[in-house]
Amino acid sequence: MKNRRLKKGINSSTFLLMITIILFFTMYIAGMIIYSDNGFAKPQMFLNLLISNAGLIVIGCGMTLVMITGGIDISVGSVTALVCMSAAYVMENKGCNIYVAVAISIVLGGVFGIVQGYLIAYLDIQPFIVTLAGMFFGRGMTAVISTDMISIKNELFLKWANCKIYLPFGSVNRKGVYQQAYIYPTVIIALAIVIILSFALKYTKFGRRLYAIGGNQQSALMMGLNIRKTKMQAYILNGFLTGIGGFLFCLNSCAGFVEQAKGMEMDGISAAVIGGTLLSGGVGTVIGTLFGVLIKGTISCLITTQGTLSSWWVRIVLSALLCFFIVLQSVLSSSKKKNSR
Amino acid sequence: MIEKVGNRKHCYKKITERRLFMPLVCLFIVLLANVIKTPDFFKVSINNGVLYGYTIDILNRGSELIILSIGMTLVTAASGGQDISVGAVMAVAAAVCCQILSGGAVTTNTFENPLIIAILAAFTVSILCGMFNGFLVARLHIQPMVATLILYTAGRGIAQLITKGQITYIRVDNYKILGGYIGSCPVPTPIFAAIMTVIIVFLVIKNTALGLYIECVGINGSASRLVGLNSAMLKFLTYIICSLLAGVAGIVASSRIYSADANNIGLNLEMDAILAVALGGNILSGGKFSLAGSVIGAITIQALTTTLYAMKVSADQLPVYKAIVVIVIVILQSPIFKKYAAGLVSKRAAEGIEGAN
Amino acid sequence: MNKKIVLSVKNISKSFSGTKALSSVDFSLQKGEIHALMGENGAGKSTLIKVITGVYKYDEGEIHIGERKICNHSPQEAQENGISTVYQEINLCPNLTVAENLFIGREPKRMGFINWKLINQKSEEILRNLNIEVSPTQMLAECSIAIQQMIAIARAVDMRCKVLILDEPTSSLDKEEVEKLFELMKHLKKEGVGIVFVTHFLDQVYEVCDKITVLRNGKFVGEYETDKLPRVQLVAKMMGKDLDSISNIKGERKEFSGKRIPFIEAEGLGHQGTIKPFCLAIHKGEVIGLTGLLGSGRSEMVRAIYGADKADSGKLKVNGKEVKIHAPIEAMKLGMGYLPEDRKRDGIIADLSVRENIIIAMQAIRGMLKPMSKKEMEEAANTYIDLLKIKTESRETPIKYLSGGNQQKVIIGRWLLTNPQYLILDEPTRGIDIGTKTEIQKLVLELAEKGKAVTFISSELEEMLRTCSRMVVLRDGGKVGEIESDDLTQDNIMKTIAGGEQEND
Repeated sequence: MKNRRLKKGINSSTFLLMITIILFFTMYIAGMIIYSDNGFAKPQMFLNLLISNAGLIVIGCGMTLVMITGGIDISVGSVTALVCMSAAYVMENKGCNIYVAVAISIVLGGVFGIVQGYLIAYLDIQPFIVTLAGMFFGRGMTAVISTDMISIKNELFLKWANCKIYLPFGSVNRKGVYQQAYIYPTVIIALAIVIILSFALKYTKFGRRLYAIGGNQQSALMMGLNIRKTKMQAYILNGFLTGIGGFLFCLNSCAGFVEQAKGMEMDGISAAVIGGTLLSGGVGTVIGTLFGVLIKGTISCLITTQGTLSSWWVRIVLSALLCFFIVLQSVLSSSKKKNSR
Repeated sequence: MIEKVGNRKHCYKKITERRLFMPLVCLFIVLLANVIKTPDFFKVSINNGVLYGYTIDILNRGSELIILSIGMTLVTAASGGQDISVGAVMAVAAAVCCQILSGGAVTTNTFENPLIIAILAAFTVSILCGMFNGFLVARLHIQPMVATLILYTAGRGIAQLITKGQITYIRVDNYKILGGYIGSCPVPTPIFAAIMTVIIVFLVIKNTALGLYIECVGINGSASRLVGLNSAMLKFLTYIICSLLAGVAGIVASSRIYSADANNIGLNLEMDAILAVALGGNILSGGKFSLAGSVIGAITIQALTTTLYAMKVSADQLPVYKAIVVIVIVILQSPIFKKYAAGLVSKRAAEGIEGAN
Repeated sequence: MNKKIVLSVKNISKSFSGTKALSSVDFSLQKGEIHALMGENGAGKSTLIKVITGVYKYDEGEIHIGERKICNHSPQEAQENGISTVYQEINLCPNLTVAENLFIGREPKRMGFINWKLINQKSEEILRNLNIEVSPTQMLAECSIAIQQMIAIARAVDMRCKVLILDEPTSSLDKEEVEKLFELMKHLKKEGVGIVFVTHFLDQVYEVCDKITVLRNGKFVGEYETDKLPRVQLVAKMMGKDLDSISNIKGERKEFSGKRIPFIEAEGLGHQGTIKPFCLAIHKGEVIGLTGLLGSGRSEMVRAIYGADKADSGKLKVNGKEVKIHAPIEAMKLGMGYLPEDRKRDGIIADLSVRENIIIAMQAIRGMLKPMSKKEMEEAANTYIDLLKIKTESRETPIKYLSGGNQQKVIIGRWLLTNPQYLILDEPTRGIDIGTKTEIQKLVLELAEKGKAVTFISSELEEMLRTCSRMVVLRDGGKVGEIESDDLTQDNIMKTIAGGEQEND
């Protein structure tokens, strides 16, 4: 089976994914060679990529779902900020326990998903406009809760945030002390979501409906699929994932403030697009998005390790990379059209 | 039906009036709310040889928005999408302008380079940004919002790089003119800048066929091609105009604070500009446009902003209200909602007829 | 009732806001039969199909599947009742595999999850049974259009359909692909599926169909055995002419008398996929008609000349000079004008006023920097509103509020304003009342008298005979003949349109 597929020639989406994976390893290995003394070669370095981007992985997965249907969601950054702020607020200022915070995070994400999904799926409003409004709404609501930063000091929360799970390998640091590699629970949650979603996209009717709608909405309708309902479900699921991702992000930052997670929507979209999701919909995998996030993480890692470049470079490089992939997609799809003619 | 034909001229006149009717009503409501709250809202006085008053303040603060909303109107009309990079382009233009003026230093008390060169350079960079957006939209057929999202995020980073991560101050009185006052003229300069921009764009549209072309392309792309219009070129052009105007707005904004603050110049203004276009009665999916409507829309938004400020709503919280307004407008514009509303009306009418029978 | 009949439609009527699209149409389909549904554009073929598949509700009549009376409210319901439809535009998802396209929406599951192994296995079986040579794991986008079409059919067949409706399935296929599709159709026929085949290719009808039902103007004309209906008769039936009673209309048409100075000369001009390379000369002061059945390449021919579809082969000379036209604006500058076939999609700019719609082409030629003054525009608009008797409330009324005929006149006015040397009118009289029709015909003749070249395309032969001095006949996307002067009779034209008579007799 595999051979046959290889013989058929690599199609464009796998081609994009291949580029992404190669790009990731090239960048990482380059980093290992150039900055080997900064610990780039250590396994912990790689794990840190996952640790610091656990929230983004989950959010990127949600983004991938809506992008497969041909939509987009640029409100995720604001929703993340709102989730962090709400969680911080209820725990610090209202004295609620962490479970309430978790519930609030997920419900908030879900509410965003439901409202935006309804406007997009049932009123046929452009996803961009709806989520742009959602983006400003979320950011504004964050400021309504508090314009000051709230750092979280809830004991259980900090315990969760700093709960290291040691892995059966490690490395020796400069002083010659053996340090065991570790991850945080956030990584396990994020990876579990990636695995579950990637399974769901392949093996459930819901997953396949997403692809069908993104491939050709009219056809999907003619084949008897309920487009509105499926789109709505996609946005709701995306909302919940954003809520969860926001909470994971919060576990990493341990604070809530207005400017938090600014530009996260861009990171999510970039990760998805770099990971082979087509802007026009119909193609994409969460595994690809995972690699997209890792590339984003590696870029920021390289730039911080380099030291002299400002952190703005991360965003610029990422935008340039996104631009490159968008152009690549456009070129590939137009060349395909020519071929089919 | 026969009656209708007779009345059509009348009806039609009503429709043309209606284009500006709604925007004016919105403005009126906002102003009315203000007058009720602060009776001396329309009072304009002269303090220290300078005009003071709420209305002047609204026009002054709203200048950048007016300039932006004009560019946004053209982009919306031609491509049926919006340019969300305008705020970032403002920051870039301001950064370029200030950096050239300061000659690379963080703060300066004299112009290191002529002002005109700095402004031209800023415009050039803005045009380049517009070309980038235009290329992605017109040539590669990428949805306008996705295409401009790239600059939306990268733009401020670029601006930061230009100013080397610092806020460049130009402490020269001549630089403050654009954001302040010319000599002893009591009217703030930004108002002139806005009026000038509106007049120039209006004259360009009046004296060329650009306006007609843009509407044509926005309404029916394939018919436009067959009557000999180059729709890709026209879309490209509107993005350039939009970014250039964003550059103008950026310089005004930077002159106001005599510095280039890459993080805050034009912050959240893209949303306001889109809102101004929508409030001005322009359909966000393209087609016919009204510059006057957008200007009124922009003033309305600024009045709303000022009002909310007066009500002690912090700057960070403003977007909440604006987002709600946007959603309400797009819902009202959406065909499905219109159908639903029309369905309700006709149902009621039908019931009326049945009742009469 | 005949037990072999799988689908019978009786006395179906359907009207749209007052206009009858179908009036008392009968149609019956037997098991294992390929039945062609024929008719010119607007005859009611697609309405009938949409009524059968539940897209439209019918006003009167009955539909039976086998013995059972049914009433479909949606394509899905029709599908459940055993009626499947495959349209010209393939309704499949290009980003999914062949197998998935066959099974989406009804995937077999194992323990709650999709069983891919079973899907691929079953697909392989289906494809093998129908002799479709494609791997189930291949992406649909990588398959040729013909294979995609067949997969759509396979999906329909696998959903246990008794009636398969193929709506113009062959229009975008090449010859070999059509052959493959026919094999599949014959295969299905043997398995007892009743097939309704809608097409405008006469050759194909005679190749596979057992019976032909002809519709005209929403009315049932007749059901015929294919062997017993010669082609010319079929064309006559579709066009509403009885061969025996054809009178030669040669009324007002003036013989072309002046010197033949060619304005347009096309040598091997063509556009891949739409029109085969053709040679054509169009002279000044001549009205040349393009005729052929719908989809024969009439519009495509003029689009290639005008640059609406950039020609990818051959040479074009305008006024004796060789030119390359990349976009319509270049053709316009050379003195051409084009009234497109689809008024709504390609003609009117709906929200703009009558005035703006009239001047837009002129303005485009003058260029953006030389706008017409308000006075010029108003004068131009008034001139053509008066000249063409356009019924509009005012110059400034948006064109979308005008009736179809008046919209068409506005667009004619748009081109007359540019004073073209060569005017292309593609179906200028479709859907227009009779008075306006004659006005347009007169106008065409006047233009020719003034020495302009005109190309006139219409589905109505009489109209063409009245106005054209020469006719070019097209079939299956290529030019098949030119008829002029005394040979220009309905009889001759129809024979040429039908073509291939000898082989069939």
